Amino acid sequence: MSDDRSENGNDNGGGHANGNGYDQARWTRNGQYEPLLSEKNQTRVEIGTDVDSPLPDELTRDDLELPELSEPELARHYTRLSQMIYGIDSGPYPLGSCTMKYNPKFTEDVAALPSAAVHPDRDPESVQGTLEVLARLQDYLGRIGGMDAVTLQPPAGAAGEFVGIRVAAAYHEHNGEGHRHEVIIPESAHGTNFATAALGGYDVVSLPSDDAGRVDLEALEAALSEDTAALMLTNPNTLGLFERDITEIAEMVHDVGGLLYYDGANLNALLGRARPGDMGFDVMHYNVHKTFATPHGGGGPGAGPVGVVEDLAPFLPAPRVRAVDGDGRDEGDSNATPSKYELFDPEHTIGQVHGYQGNWLVLVKAFAYIARLGDEGLTDASAKAVLNANYLASQVDYEVPYGPFHHEFVASAGEQDAADVAKRMLDYGVHPPTTKWPEIVSGALMTEPTEIESKSTLDTLANAFNAVAGEDSETLEAAPERTTARRIDQTSAARNPRLSWHALTGGEEDGERET
Amino acid sequence: MHGSHTTGSPYAPHTDDETAAMLEAVDVDSVEDLFDIPDEVRFDGAFDIDARTERETRQLVGSILDRNDDLVELLGRGHYGYYIPSLVDHLADRSEFLTSYTQYQPEVSQGFLQALFEYQSLLVELTGLAVANCSMYDAATALGEAATLADRTRKTSGHRVLVPDILREGRRSTLENYVAGTDLEIETYATAASTVDVSALESQLAEDVVMVYAENPTVRGAIEERLSEIGGLAADADALFVLGSDPVALSLLQKPSDVGADVVVGDASVLGLPTSYGMGLGLFATDERFLRQVPGRLVGASEDATDRRAFTLTLQTREQHIRRERATSNICTNQAWVALRSAIHAATLGPSGLVELAARDVTRAESLAERVDDLVGVKAPVDDRRHIREFVARIDQPARPIADDLADRGFAVHVVGDHEIQVCVAGVDDETLEEFVAAFTEVTR
Repeated sequence: MSDDRSENGNDNGGGHANGNGYDQARWTRNGQYEPLLSEKNQTRVEIGTDVDSPLPDELTRDDLELPELSEPELARHYTRLSQMIYGIDSGPYPLGSCTMKYNPKFTEDVAALPSAAVHPDRDPESVQGTLEVLARLQDYLGRIGGMDAVTLQPPAGAAGEFVGIRVAAAYHEHNGEGHRHEVIIPESAHGTNFATAALGGYDVVSLPSDDAGRVDLEALEAALSEDTAALMLTNPNTLGLFERDITEIAEMVHDVGGLLYYDGANLNALLGRARPGDMGFDVMHYNVHKTFATPHGGGGPGAGPVGVVEDLAPFLPAPRVRAVDGDGRDEGDSNATPSKYELFDPEHTIGQVHGYQGNWLVLVKAFAYIARLGDEGLTDASAKAVLNANYLASQVDYEVPYGPFHHEFVASAGEQDAADVAKRMLDYGVHPPTTKWPEIVSGALMTEPTEIESKSTLDTLANAFNAVAGEDSETLEAAPERTTARRIDQTSAARNPRLSWHALTGGEEDGERET
Repeated sequence: MHGSHTTGSPYAPHTDDETAAMLEAVDVDSVEDLFDIPDEVRFDGAFDIDARTERETRQLVGSILDRNDDLVELLGRGHYGYYIPSLVDHLADRSEFLTSYTQYQPEVSQGFLQALFEYQSLLVELTGLAVANCSMYDAATALGEAATLADRTRKTSGHRVLVPDILREGRRSTLENYVAGTDLEIETYATAASTVDVSALESQLAEDVVMVYAENPTVRGAIEERLSEIGGLAADADALFVLGSDPVALSLLQKPSDVGADVVVGDASVLGLPTSYGMGLGLFATDERFLRQVPGRLVGASEDATDRRAFTLTLQTREQHIRRERATSNICTNQAWVALRSAIHAATLGPSGLVELAARDVTRAESLAERVDDLVGVKAPVDDRRHIREFVARIDQPARPIADDLADRGFAVHVVGDHEIQVCVAGVDDETLEEFVAAFTEVTR
């Protein structure tokens, strides 16, 4: 371990006003953090010389240079790396809009079953178990969202959005309305909405919020036209507010022939209380890595199933899964003959958005989570998620300008810099909120504690917020101190991109290189 | 609440007393008072999903999955079932890796960032290209992203994208969806002997072609012998040369940078994941001149306040959360944990192990083809190319009933034509291949 703890001003937790904190593991060697694999070993293997090649030279590369390390060395390398990561199992992770809830361990075990490891080109007859899990999950999601048909193919939320946009395009095209070229998106929406609409070839019409933080109906009226393909909406929105005018919004969109898209990022607020299908949404995606607790894995994989109303079902990606006999709902009836399942292509399918059927191993975990919780668990998850957000907000000194919010709230850092607030919160042993977004709140601290935190953990989080709220800018700018790395220079990273260990060896000399 | 009694989420730790204290703190009588939902859209029904204990749930999922037939899969065509060392599962399953998210706070995420930086470095070494991102969803979506990159960076006013006629339907279809918002048009070129028909490709190339896609090995397991020529033809037309491959094949076959590849895409989960019903890991690497046009997340080295080297996500102004509709891609959540698994698997093999694995895939595929070719009424391989992992065999009898007979004997193979099957050796041990030859002999007798 490093000997620089004193220079970091680190005194094992007593230095903070509330006595809370932690010291993240920090492995160092020769004054640097844990070396790269390539700094532990680099071995160049010449093909045809060091290793026999069955192919003529002109069909092979000359050599391959990579680390050659023993299993014990690798076990230590990755164990040390894991110790230098903060995850949900480390402490609270109230990253707004990301729904960082606990990932039940047993779901890893079901996904690791040897019977789950099947090839996608298997004859459907021989993978009835896999198809049944998919069919049942489609059915579960349809019921939870109030949707008539579901595809599980999109591998992430943004991919689900893309399916929604492509389905909308195909639907309009089918109805002779291919001229619709605009997608309306509230300014406070997730960045993916804008990028997805653009990827689909649509012009983005940005919609301002009203003074209360919701969709401005007058602005919406002005934006809607016969050019409108869809309105993409998150509900509750990114401020945690329910769009109370949703029925009217749906009518307005439908009146001009547009479709209403539901971004499922915030579905954890509504389980058992309201369903997008009942609100008039035509198409929605589910973020199973948010609402249904599959692990975020350092950035993914997730899954972004898409549900649609009946009229849009013929346009969904191919193939889909369905029960051939039985009703496909074997729920609770252990004596029923298991249904037989098949793959089929919807009549006007948009085709595929993934090479196969999406992130199967994630989907099986989501299925297990829903089957474990059932109605009671899912409904309670939303209740506790909303209670937790409201309780935490009530204990935090920062102003929360908009409400009533649900599963998340957006506080304002006020005079402080939100990014600095986040860095300082790390020193208190908690993960900070999402910062500086949505921009409608100045210095946004977008906070989503989820249902999995106890009152006592929420108090710890509140103490971290409040301790930082009382600190001066000098302290904030010097933070974090107790994390593996200290504040990292973002400008240097971007101005002099070093994106592989190959770039490091030569890159130190030509530090001026800009691209 | 719905249902006769509420047991609640097993993962919400609240006691009744704590719930009461929290409700008091927010000054409401009931949690329901916190939901600001108009009556007309309130949901009064039930999902009708039973809650289960953990044990019951495991039994449920296990019993459903038991309906999958236990077959030896001699299947490939882009998705492979290599043996995954135990080390990969045990290290990747450490909960800090599993339960963290995108590294928005790099100071507490150094471990994952370093692992992703090492993954990027692995791909840079394998492809010879300077920039690799830290994942797309899969090979098909990576191909789609390559096409949108071609759209953004094209030097001509052209709009044609050329892909081989043997491209997997899933990849072709995904590509079509990705270019739907552009004026690009996907066109196929002919293949011969399971590889690019170079003269056919040449006749289709013109100034209006913006991208040429080829795969090595091809979906039929054949190794391209004229890659440099293909790269040269693409360059002559000012078209982007996009090459599809994977980390195992790249360990032995020609280095993409040596054949003029501008972008390499493919499925990197060939390492790291067992067969996963198609779940993958999109490999995306490109030349430094396209650095600002790369889709997805990039990990870079920088320095921290103590001047030590530290890692962070970088060049984020390309991404959707900053650039919105002008982003290079809409991707946010990616396949980071699969990239970690792939990197660990590659590290356990090391350079010699990787090259040896690929070399064995060549010798084992070719020796199996020879064995099968000896059978009456079977020709294998159907083409005169070299092969890695898999090959196509022609059988005199109709292929489908033969495949069904093989399934009855416990083996799954691809049917790729009325009289063609495709067989893959990746991840299958030699003893099992012997049993397969015996079974194949019986069913073709």
